[in-house]
Amino acid sequence: MTAPAPLLETTDLVKWFDLRRSPGGRLRREAAPRLTAVDGVSLSVARNTTLGVVGESGSGKTTLARCLTRLVEPDGGSIVFDGTEISSLRRSELGALRRRIQIVFQDPYTSLNPQMTVGSMLAEPLRVHGIAERREARARVPELLELVGLAPRVARVFPRELSGGQRQRVAIARALAPQPDLLVADEPVSALDVSIQAQILNLLADLAERLGLTMVFISHQLSVIAHIADTVAVMYLGRIVESGPVETVFGNPQHPYTAALLAANPQIVPERRRRKPAIRGDIPSPLHIPSGCRFRTRCAYAEERCAAIDPPPERVGPGHVARCVVLPFR
Amino acid sequence: MRRSIVRPRRENAKAQLLRALERRARSERRWAAASLWVGVGIVGLFVFCALAAPLITSSGPNDQDLLHTLQPPSWGHLLGTDNLGRDIFSRSVYAARIDLMVGLITTYVPLVLGVGLGLLAGYRGGWLETVVMRAVDVVIAFPFIVLVIVVIAIVGPGLLGVYIGITVVGWALYARLTRAEVLVVKEQQFVLAASSLGYSNARVMLRHILPNVLRPNLVFSTLDIVLNILVLASLSFLGLGVQPPTAEWGLMVADGQTFLLTAWWISTLPGFVIVLSGVGFSLIGDGLADRLGRGWRGRAGEAEGALLTVVEDGA
Amino acid sequence: MSALLEVRNLNTAFPAAHGAAFAANGVSFDVEEGATKGIVGESGSGKSITLRSVLGIVPEPGRVIEGQVLWRGRDLLTLPPRELRAIRGREISMIFQDPTSSLNPVFTIGEQIAETLRVKLGMGGREARARSVELLDHVGIPAAKERLRSYPHELSGGMRQRVMIAIAISCRPKLLLADEPTTALDVTIQDQILALLAELQDEFGMAMVLVSHDLGIVAQNCDSVTVMYAGHVIEDAPTAELFRSPSHPYTVGLLRALPSTREPGTRRRLAQITGQPPDLTQLPEGCPFRPRCAWSRDACKDVTMELVPAGPLHGTACPFFEELR
Repeated sequence: MTAPAPLLETTDLVKWFDLRRSPGGRLRREAAPRLTAVDGVSLSVARNTTLGVVGESGSGKTTLARCLTRLVEPDGGSIVFDGTEISSLRRSELGALRRRIQIVFQDPYTSLNPQMTVGSMLAEPLRVHGIAERREARARVPELLELVGLAPRVARVFPRELSGGQRQRVAIARALAPQPDLLVADEPVSALDVSIQAQILNLLADLAERLGLTMVFISHQLSVIAHIADTVAVMYLGRIVESGPVETVFGNPQHPYTAALLAANPQIVPERRRRKPAIRGDIPSPLHIPSGCRFRTRCAYAEERCAAIDPPPERVGPGHVARCVVLPFR
Repeated sequence: MRRSIVRPRRENAKAQLLRALERRARSERRWAAASLWVGVGIVGLFVFCALAAPLITSSGPNDQDLLHTLQPPSWGHLLGTDNLGRDIFSRSVYAARIDLMVGLITTYVPLVLGVGLGLLAGYRGGWLETVVMRAVDVVIAFPFIVLVIVVIAIVGPGLLGVYIGITVVGWALYARLTRAEVLVVKEQQFVLAASSLGYSNARVMLRHILPNVLRPNLVFSTLDIVLNILVLASLSFLGLGVQPPTAEWGLMVADGQTFLLTAWWISTLPGFVIVLSGVGFSLIGDGLADRLGRGWRGRAGEAEGALLTVVEDGA
Repeated sequence: MSALLEVRNLNTAFPAAHGAAFAANGVSFDVEEGATKGIVGESGSGKSITLRSVLGIVPEPGRVIEGQVLWRGRDLLTLPPRELRAIRGREISMIFQDPTSSLNPVFTIGEQIAETLRVKLGMGGREARARSVELLDHVGIPAAKERLRSYPHELSGGMRQRVMIAIAISCRPKLLLADEPTTALDVTIQDQILALLAELQDEFGMAMVLVSHDLGIVAQNCDSVTVMYAGHVIEDAPTAELFRSPSHPYTVGLLRALPSTREPGTRRRLAQITGQPPDLTQLPEGCPFRPRCAWSRDACKDVTMELVPAGPLHGTACPFFEELR
């Protein structure tokens, strides 16, 4: 049996940034420090499913989102979208592909142009992509608003008159306007209050089902990922350390980092906790990534060999892959 | 239960305190509005004078009345007459035409140039940015008036010289202001969103970035008008701007300087007119700055986004 | 026995275009000696302003216009500024959400800790230095001695929050006010900071008011919880009691709206609270949660928002709470 071809597949995706040298470093002709934000990420997303990407700051998850949407140029590896290699396409060649991959950002306060009404914001992509003429585009706006649960009169207002949740709905409507196949959601609910967060999560889940969307959902909140994703990739310092179906990864974590994240995640267990922190130390700077396994500096199970071996991805169950040579939970 | 909560809205002392707080907030808002409208009033008066000059004056700006020279202000000559018997009120009114026109042109032509270049430089980066910003540095390094005088020396004195001179120098501040704003706005997620929606660079720049960087430029321009009118006055005073006998405020101040002790009004009253126009434009600037507020500048991006900013700035 | 801190009918208002916004609207709660009180609510619920009102540091143009903040029986709101300053930092200290902006970027960590020690405890230079090292060590900063010379930007967010905590505990306060102390931090670092705070509390017998928007944090770190909505206290109970039998529609709604890691992949539809958070200048009559409440009825217009007993030490502002169970 052959699995259907995934909608999106990346292989060894790499993205680095060369930082500015200090004046001293420039004098000594040192190379500019290089920050490797995404370091060999391979993932695949099947059609009509949601991949959750979870990680802390410095994990490279936002850079990954921007590579997938080609907002930044990857420095290595490949991105295959619906059978087409898109990582090396020039901006001008992206054409229709650009329309088919859309993104929703974290902060609904800066992701909407404050000088445009909601209506013109939603009509614009329709016109630019030749989906509708000016008048027709205007006529489609109420439809889009309804899709995300907003009243038609919202078309006439400016973003500043909307609450955070309403703004995020507008941002979702704008991303859906060009009828994409893939929606990348970069922390879309992190800036929202709990009561609003549930509204947006339900909305995204409904839309994904109704419109047959494939989603890459990025978040630092494990509970949100657990709720919305089918498969999950756990990132740490630019690498995917564990991936697989969300039930098995969260139910039976095979990487110490995933286990620690789950333990550190505040659950509604109404009793005073009397335990040590789940994980020690600070997240290393992405400028100074530890040798071998990059998690070893904070890992409770680290052994001597962890400094020498960069653990390869190892299959630990059906569709379940982890990068750990100690594998303490097996 | 262990607590009782008094409904807050009905109490006297508290209501008074509240009202005081509201009053203060309201009076602050009123001040801002007042400054804008007083400014608009003053400038409006000047514009009216300029347009309706023949209607509100009884003599032409260059009509000489050698029988009534050096008359102090009176009902016949509101601001007095000068050494050639010309009516200073009428000259001041006609001068508003030239001064306002020069003020507007020497402000808004450089604004358009500077905003355009700053927008391109900030958005495209690379060699274009380097060239534009080094040019800005060079222009700003010289004292403004000296550079203008150099340009006029090349072009020749007169209004054309003034226009070219101030434009050559004046764009630089707008370019610098705009580029700095663009660098910030460029990292806002709505600009990223525009790119991800596949909009062209021109559309992103003109439709999404430009409206968000105009604000500080417009506020600054009202102050720039004042400065440019003063520059014109100084240039005319030095004999490099408007040539006699044209009525121009700076020139009128210059004309009167030999009579400063005997007929103070010849220099002083046009000088006062210059100050009044300056106050008018400044009040508009203050009011605009207040009313337009800080716009989208509410929140900072997330940590990773900020990191990206630093990184891309350096690349 | 009276509590360490008793807040009574606190009203803090901000002038608005029409009328005023009550960020705290008749807020009352107690903090017992050595205990941890959680205040939980969404943005605009008034939880942070309530906390700031306790120390008299409400941002302009807000004002505390009524109420009492009884600190060991003395009302902090009527205390002369001099005496209030003496209590601030010494008996009650505070940490904030953003450790980046609470530290002065142009001074070293050492200078900033030593300043507190000199001003509050009158220590000399050498003594203050030695004590600073001890404090940094105490809050788990490795190589404390070298760190004294660091500037805030050289530290990570978690380390900066540890420094803030070191400064806050330098005078061994009896009460720590923590305003979303971990919101800006990563999950694993948040976990470390919360463990540190609990440790310090045990060690010094220090009470804490922990303000958070995260019900999970409150559930695991507090002895009792006050839930706020639109400036009002809507429920107040011991933690276990609150989560076992939530007795206000808002609390119930919040708990049902939370996704959980315990049932991954089930895609259970979240029970959502409809509508938008309220505009504080235009609150409806009666219960402010009324327009979003699934159980609302006409009688909700007349609700006074006084807490009615819903169990032992458990109060709710909803008189119809029994129907929730």
